[in-house]
Amino acid sequence: MTAEVASKRKSICIIAYSGELEPTWASMIIASTAAAMDMEVSIFVTFWGFGALVKDSKRLPGKNLMQRMLSVMQRPGISHRKLSKMNFMGMGPWMMFQLAKKYNVSKPKDLLGMCQELGVKIYPCQMTMDLFGLNKEDLIDGLEDPVGAATMLQLATEADSTLFI
Amino acid sequence: MDIKLKVDASGLSCPLPILKATQGMKTIQPGELMEIVATDPGSVKDMAAWASSTGHMLVEQDSANGKFRFVLRHK
Repeated sequence: MTAEVASKRKSICIIAYSGELEPTWASMIIASTAAAMDMEVSIFVTFWGFGALVKDSKRLPGKNLMQRMLSVMQRPGISHRKLSKMNFMGMGPWMMFQLAKKYNVSKPKDLLGMCQELGVKIYPCQMTMDLFGLNKEDLIDGLEDPVGAATMLQLATEADSTLFI
Repeated sequence: MDIKLKVDASGLSCPLPILKATQGMKTIQPGELMEIVATDPGSVKDMAAWASSTGHMLVEQDSANGKFRFVLRHK
């Protein structure tokens, strides 16, 4: 292997579109592991993916009634994600977290912390922030500046692999 | 063999053994050895993939009584 090849780090771009517990979990596992494997990782967060970027403590973000109603219908925050199937008013996620504890599986929130510790770059989608009425203060710390689809496409086409989750 | 750091990842599920290995490697110097013990059967292949991706060398590997032991040299 030449020095040039060896020095080029592999890169992965994840488009975090879904807001339910399972896809959020999958994104966090893949992103943290990729960073641990010394890859350059970027996550572009858009639409329902923002459920994981809003602070857990933020109850009703949004600037107008409709935006706030969205927050009522699905509580934001990475610790409040619902299952896509068998949610049963929160019983499903509760059981899932009990199982995760029993089998020593890291929760999405812990993996997100690991991602940030390992230098994963998380880009919020500006358009979604406008649509949902989200401010920078509503979101967790340590994110990149909000960007648009063009930046996402640049990240995706320059990465060795891109995942839409 | 002079093991600089021992990491116990027993009982932990994917991807925690790999994340623990990454954290451990950050605390030792190039050339030094880290031993990591895991019980996750997936970690056998995962640790090799992680080593090949990061460039750290997997110098020893064995298993006994459901425990998988890896010795890695910091690149």
